[in-house]
Amino acid sequence: MSSHGATAVTPSSRSTGGLTAGGTRATSLPGFDASAPLLEVTDLDVRFPTEDGSVHAVRGVDYSLRSGEVLAIVGESGSGKSVTSLAVMGLLPGSARVTGSVRYRGQELLGQRDRAMSGVRGKGVSMIFQDPMTSLDPVYKIGYQIEETLRQHDRSLSKKAAGARAVELLELVGIPNAADRVRSYPHEFSGGMRQRVVIAIAMANQPDVIIADEPTTALDVTVQAQILEVLQTALQETGAAMVLITHDLGVVAGIADRVLVMYAGRPVEIGSVEDIYYEPRMPYTLGLLGSLPRLDAPPGQRLIPITGSPPSVVNMPPGCPFAPRCPLHVADCDVAEPERLLVGPDHTAACIRTEQVAAAGGDAHAVFAETASDAGLVGVDQTSPAAPEPEQSEHTGGPTGTGSVVSGVGSPTTSTGDRA
Amino acid sequence: MSAPTTTGRDPGAGRETHRAAGGVDRTGEPILSVRGLEKHFPIKGGGLIKRTVGAVRAVDGLDLDIHPGEVVGLVGESGCGKSTTGRAILNLQPATGGSVKFQGKELVGLNRSQMRSLRRDIQIVFQDPYASLNPRLPVFDIVAEPLVIHGLTKDAKELRERVRTLVETVGLNPEHTNRYPAEFSGGQRQRIGIARALALQPKLLVLDEPVSALDVSIQAGVMNLLSDLRDELGLAYLFIAHDLSVVRHISDRVAVMYLGRIIEIADRDELFERPAHPYTQALMSAIPLPDPRRERARQRIIISGDVPSPANPPSGCRFRTRCQKFAHVLDDGRRETCMTVDPVLEDRGAGHLNACHFAEPLKVL
Ligand SMILES: Nc1ncnc2c1ncn2[C@@H]1O[C@H](COP(=O)(O)OP(=O)(O)O)[C@@H](O)[C@H]1O
Ligand SMILES: Nc1ncnc2c1ncn2[C@@H]1O[C@H](COP(=O)(O)OP(=O)(O)O)[C@@H](O)[C@H]1O
Ligand code: SF4
Ligand SMILES: [Mg+2]
Ligand SMILES: [Mg+2]
Repeated sequence: MSSHGATAVTPSSRSTGGLTAGGTRATSLPGFDASAPLLEVTDLDVRFPTEDGSVHAVRGVDYSLRSGEVLAIVGESGSGKSVTSLAVMGLLPGSARVTGSVRYRGQELLGQRDRAMSGVRGKGVSMIFQDPMTSLDPVYKIGYQIEETLRQHDRSLSKKAAGARAVELLELVGIPNAADRVRSYPHEFSGGMRQRVVIAIAMANQPDVIIADEPTTALDVTVQAQILEVLQTALQETGAAMVLITHDLGVVAGIADRVLVMYAGRPVEIGSVEDIYYEPRMPYTLGLLGSLPRLDAPPGQRLIPITGSPPSVVNMPPGCPFAPRCPLHVADCDVAEPERLLVGPDHTAACIRTEQVAAAGGDAHAVFAETASDAGLVGVDQTSPAAPEPEQSEHTGGPTGTGSVVSGVGSPTTSTGDRA
Repeated sequence: MSAPTTTGRDPGAGRETHRAAGGVDRTGEPILSVRGLEKHFPIKGGGLIKRTVGAVRAVDGLDLDIHPGEVVGLVGESGCGKSTTGRAILNLQPATGGSVKFQGKELVGLNRSQMRSLRRDIQIVFQDPYASLNPRLPVFDIVAEPLVIHGLTKDAKELRERVRTLVETVGLNPEHTNRYPAEFSGGQRQRIGIARALALQPKLLVLDEPVSALDVSIQAGVMNLLSDLRDELGLAYLFIAHDLSVVRHISDRVAVMYLGRIIEIADRDELFERPAHPYTQALMSAIPLPDPRRERARQRIIISGDVPSPANPPSGCRFRTRCQKFAHVLDDGRRETCMTVDPVLEDRGAGHLNACHFAEPLKVL
């Protein structure tokens, strides 16, 4: 999604903040309330008008970010993770229809003019994208780009002081020979090194919040491990809270305090990292965890896919958006989209059958079929779900209608769907 | 470079926990035997006469055997030469050196028409389910094409039957064969690609990152399908991926690649329980576990820097510029060995082959 942000976070468009460095930034912008939650998103809704109809990319996102915490947003591609964050940053294209509320330290950001927003961006809230070149300008030296970021929020900073601080920041993010490397251009760096530079820029003005959208997805795992460490350093140094968007449930397990699971533009479960991994209550969360091949489980165990695909967000039918893929689906699921209900302290899930999910005890095998087939078509009604099951403690395979498997070219053992 | 002999060297072979390996007989002739495979891409200089000024040594001396019905995983970071290896094996990009024997027959140096009959036995599936299917053809034609080209069906009815069976085999609804690729999800398109690859009843499938573009919930179904196909059809796979968890899931044996070479190869359980090469150890250690308590309790080996350019690999051991052992453990005398002597792939007492002078098994997971 680099296209949205491409123009947004280059040093030139961050610009025009009027904050003084070292001052208590919480009070330095009028209307900011230091005691309010850091970031509070309420009923955020984003539509993109297109020729085929309105793409309802984000459909009611609520979360609040507390001081110093790491909130992970997870979900499949297209679930609205990036659009949510771009909306928070005020970086969506003009065609986007955005409603709801985004408050930073009590002050409403939605509908703010660009000028006011750029005061918040970088200083209060800064962003890291998957592609470092979204934030870097290829024609300027690295050092200059960091210095510009510093000086945009502090006009009184001398060139010399900014230069020294740039070197310091590059050292913090682990760039060797930082004093020389400030004179390099982005193309002289590897992908991992560029992402370090972006992190340096993001932390330059001691933000309260860093939003990182798939910051390690384009990197190899050994480099990802390095960058995750650098991110932790950045959080410690700045004391910032972080919204970390990723599809990697391993990364989340290592770094998040709380987790928000997105599906079809909505949070379907929010809880502590322990709630989500050990006591998931929404069938989608359970399924997602069950589908992972894991290095920490006996090999050769059968994986548990979620059959079908996420719904198109152009014309959503009523009811639970996960219903067509959900093994626990009953007729009531189609009546109305389930609200997120409290299922434990600070733990909510949008499902009317969370007790059945709880009964699975975190074992996706108890609920989902281990099928190897995927016979439904995209956008075509793929399910004629079986009659409501009375008790869902037994795992009956194939309630989605795709669980029982075809026989293939000389296949003696293909009944993969119905291993109960 | 010592040739890997595959018999009787892997203590893990035939272990009961090794579900997938149960049926693999590695005593006979390998179906595929690769020796000293090289694929160098020339680097052209500027100027009017574009002289060759160097070479990207994408694959630089690679040995590998695959036995009938065996799944060998080939894993490594991007740019280490996995795809180039796959393409060179199929002669899609001719090797610049070494030997590739399929069922004893040398493939290196064969021309297109000589390859054609062999192509039936070796098929490849690519990563991108969006780019690898012709969007203007209905699924029926996509799957039928290889059968038609090779003239393998006697009439239209038989062709319809074969396509129907293939489509069912990969877990798709045979009623949908008149649809176009755009109407299918990414996972389903990958299944269509697999059906097409199966059409000629190959013995070996080269799968190049077959699930990397898919979301995990979809990926799981394709992985299950590949496991089933292998069990049912007795196929051998060269399963290429950058994700160790995926490779571990499906493979009987796993080869780890770094800068154009295999640096460690062993039976799956052996490799994951007793990795001996520092790179394998670092790679395993870098993968975050989806379990908050375990993940936070782990000791992690973090290696520094990036992979060097394959146009100019380091002298001696290619991994030394990032090696944690080289940097923190070895004395100067041993470092000297790392810098000057290129370690061959051999068994150094770990019970399996690796290419590190100072290899020592270590429990990482
Ligand atoms: N500028 C845009 N115009 C129209 N649709 C868009 C635009 N940006 C994103 N979308 C759509 O919004 C949905 C959510 O996208 P996104 O937030 O990028 O997903 P994620 O980050 O979870 O992968 C997708 O269906 C995507 O195609
Ligand atoms: N056609 C080509 N011309 C020049 N260099 C190439 C070509 N194809 C691949 N390479 C280089 O060869 C190396 C190995 O590439 P590849 O086999 O695609 O790696 P992997 O699949 O492991 O990511 C890389 O450095 C890549 O840039
Ligand atoms: S509400 Fe019903 S369909 Fe939706 S997730 Fe819960 S059980 Fe499944
Ligand atoms: Mg995204
Ligand atoms: Mg590749």
